[in-house]
Amino acid sequence: MKKLALGLAAAMSLAFAGGANAQAYPTKPVTMIVPFAAGGPTDIIARIVGDHMSKTLGQQIVIENVAGAGGTTGITRALTAAPDGYTIAMGHLGTFSAAPATYPGLKYDPFAGMQAIGLAGGTPILIVARKTLEAPDLKAFVAAVKANPDKFNEAHAGLGSVSWTTCTLLKGQLGVPKLNAVAYRGTGPALNDLVSGQIDFMCDQIVSVAEQVKAGTIKAYAIASEKRSPALPNVPTTTEAGLPDYQIEAWNGIAAPKGIPKEAVDKLVDALNKALNDEGTQKRLLDLGTVIPTAAERTPDGFAALIKRDAAKLDPALKAAPK
Amino acid sequence: MDVFANLGLGFATVWKIVWWAPGFLQGAFAIPLPMNILLCFVGCLVGTLIGVLPGVGPIATIAMLLPITFGLDPVGALIMLAGIYYGAQYGGSTTAILVNIPGEATSVVTTLDGHQMAKQGRAGVALGTAALGSFFAGCVATVVIAALGAPLTKLALLFGPAEYFSLMVMGLCFAVVLARGSILKAFCMIMLGLLLSTVGTDLETGQERMTFGFAPLADGIDFAVLAMGVFGFAEVLRNLENPEARDVVRTKIGRLLPDWSDIKQSINPVLRGTTIGAILGILPGNGAVLGPFASYTVEKKIAKDPSRFGKGAIEGVAGPESANNAGAQTAFIPLLTLGIPPNAVMALMVGAMTIHGIIPGPQVMTKNPDLFWGLIVSMWIGNLMLLVINLPLIGLWVKLLQVPYRLMFPAILIFCCIGIYSVNNQPVDVAFTAMFGLFGYILIKLGFEPAPMLLGFVLGKLMEEKLRQALIISRGSFWTFVERPISAGLLLVAVAVLAIALLPSINKKRDEVFTE
Repeated sequence: MKKLALGLAAAMSLAFAGGANAQAYPTKPVTMIVPFAAGGPTDIIARIVGDHMSKTLGQQIVIENVAGAGGTTGITRALTAAPDGYTIAMGHLGTFSAAPATYPGLKYDPFAGMQAIGLAGGTPILIVARKTLEAPDLKAFVAAVKANPDKFNEAHAGLGSVSWTTCTLLKGQLGVPKLNAVAYRGTGPALNDLVSGQIDFMCDQIVSVAEQVKAGTIKAYAIASEKRSPALPNVPTTTEAGLPDYQIEAWNGIAAPKGIPKEAVDKLVDALNKALNDEGTQKRLLDLGTVIPTAAERTPDGFAALIKRDAAKLDPALKAAPK
Repeated sequence: MDVFANLGLGFATVWKIVWWAPGFLQGAFAIPLPMNILLCFVGCLVGTLIGVLPGVGPIATIAMLLPITFGLDPVGALIMLAGIYYGAQYGGSTTAILVNIPGEATSVVTTLDGHQMAKQGRAGVALGTAALGSFFAGCVATVVIAALGAPLTKLALLFGPAEYFSLMVMGLCFAVVLARGSILKAFCMIMLGLLLSTVGTDLETGQERMTFGFAPLADGIDFAVLAMGVFGFAEVLRNLENPEARDVVRTKIGRLLPDWSDIKQSINPVLRGTTIGAILGILPGNGAVLGPFASYTVEKKIAKDPSRFGKGAIEGVAGPESANNAGAQTAFIPLLTLGIPPNAVMALMVGAMTIHGIIPGPQVMTKNPDLFWGLIVSMWIGNLMLLVINLPLIGLWVKLLQVPYRLMFPAILIFCCIGIYSVNNQPVDVAFTAMFGLFGYILIKLGFEPAPMLLGFVLGKLMEEKLRQALIISRGSFWTFVERPISAGLLLVAVAVLAIALLPSINKKRDEVFTE
């Protein structure tokens, strides 16, 4: 009975919260839609950053997980909400840069039809392979793939996922877009089959693969960032390893519907920056292997430019990919 | 011995003290709380409760409680959810004995002799025997999991997509052969489950399949929606049809502890039941449900006087109840080692683990050893708790059973709706659940068992994924399933099981067994 009463109370408070007037933004809790299931990398980053942003805004940021269709369901819902600053979204590389080329019937426009707020965090991408693969380094691997593309199996976590997007870019750049791709439900099971040697290689976020690389159960060829990661200092960058064009990061960033009040944009940007400058928040993000964004990337213009840059980079490869 | 070190880690995890500083104390001091033990207790208590109440099963309860576990750490959350699961197996027997309604599918057999014992004024002995037998079986099963967990995890590394696929084919063959009722109907239900699992966006190509352009179907049918519909809602509908008057035993419950002659009669059935249940529980085709049936059949077959069965034979309670509990626990083995859920409840545990950022599979043991061993140790402690909860509190459970159903079902339905809504925050999910509720009711009326359908649905996604992975890796050659020795062996077993079941003589016997 107690639970029922609690539930009813919560429902009523929600119903009454709708009638607030536009005084100084924000006057009521802000909903941040996370387009993936709770517990995933995007959700965790949203919760860490949202926690500190709530303190600055003086209103709670409520995380709502609306998963589906590679994150596009949740982003569609957020960007078609009323542009009042009370609905925002935490999207990522896939939902903002890759989605237009991946999903032909996309119901939102991440370039012209959305108000970017800022980048919340970037996660480096690694090219990893089963430990028994002959190629000792990235150059040998690239040569082997180019020579015998039909001898290799790549694993990814489904169309539209970060691993699929980044590996499709790699295959595009190597000129082997049709290389055998094996889809898994999530990178966890894919990693399992990589460890047991059923498949040959995959591209994935450092958070997911770091432990296995350290344990030596899989090998890492390169990290697709400008700098090596402190988490895996022995893994060379793609520039060092001889594939300088392959630069990609799985970032997460905040956006809102187009046309939200200027005051709301400013306050959200300010709250995001304060959160990312906070020592405790930084530590929690760094523990996840996240790269803290630069000052420029944390602004609406900087983030919008980043979305466009990566979209331009991914476009040819994604369009050429067999679907 | 590694096992002891590991169990030590498990005990340390279960007894971990959390310093709780409640807000109203203004940080003056913190209270040390053995959080995981408390969660285990809560799980067992809730489990027993829902096991006792007909119409609410562990599937619906775990689905409803999933969102509440968000605030907990993953180990505590899973300990609690596991407690609900095996607690429900215990509680189900109480209803079966006292009211002649199986609280759980697995306690159907217990109604046969348990309720007869209750009518003869031996309800207490029946309940006591069930609880003690279950406790013994639970202890043995815990040891089995601890011993088999590590080797099986190593074995998992030999399993590629082809092997996983063949393993699931074998599991479904077992499920067809061992399902209650006609083989054809069970086969149809599994096929329907497989079909339903293909609704949604295709993993490889991103194409929508069988969604009819309807956006909420783009991600397929949610497991919780289907499960709560065909089990939760449909069960409520079915119960509403029955007259309000329930066959609650009005006679005295009597003494709880079995006397010496009872013990002598039950000890061998308990041992056999535990063995049968533990082995069947590991099978991927929801073997845990079969344990009680198999045990009952065996006991009846080897009894000196089979005619006593159905008239209050204590062996008919002791054996199946032990088998039930042993199976409920060994069912965790495929989940924890291979990441394959053997039944619907385990499939929900997969969901719970994923929500907490843990991907079920062989890596759980190396990546989260505290979770793996903590869960195992908590099961043993939970079994001890259940003994304490069940025996002295039986009076309370009986009172609860007398709550009229007209008061209970609206509460059940509301909780189900809140639970369903909170999974994805989608109102359409609640509507879907209602639809599946109606569908489930029709199935029950037509004599189709919904359980094989749910299993087909759960394994369907994984099977399709593994089939396609295996074929992509083999460049389209189906021979890969036969060329790989483990895969070939599993398929051979599957074919053998089907062939044996279809032999006319065995088929007839099987009908006899299941019509009882």
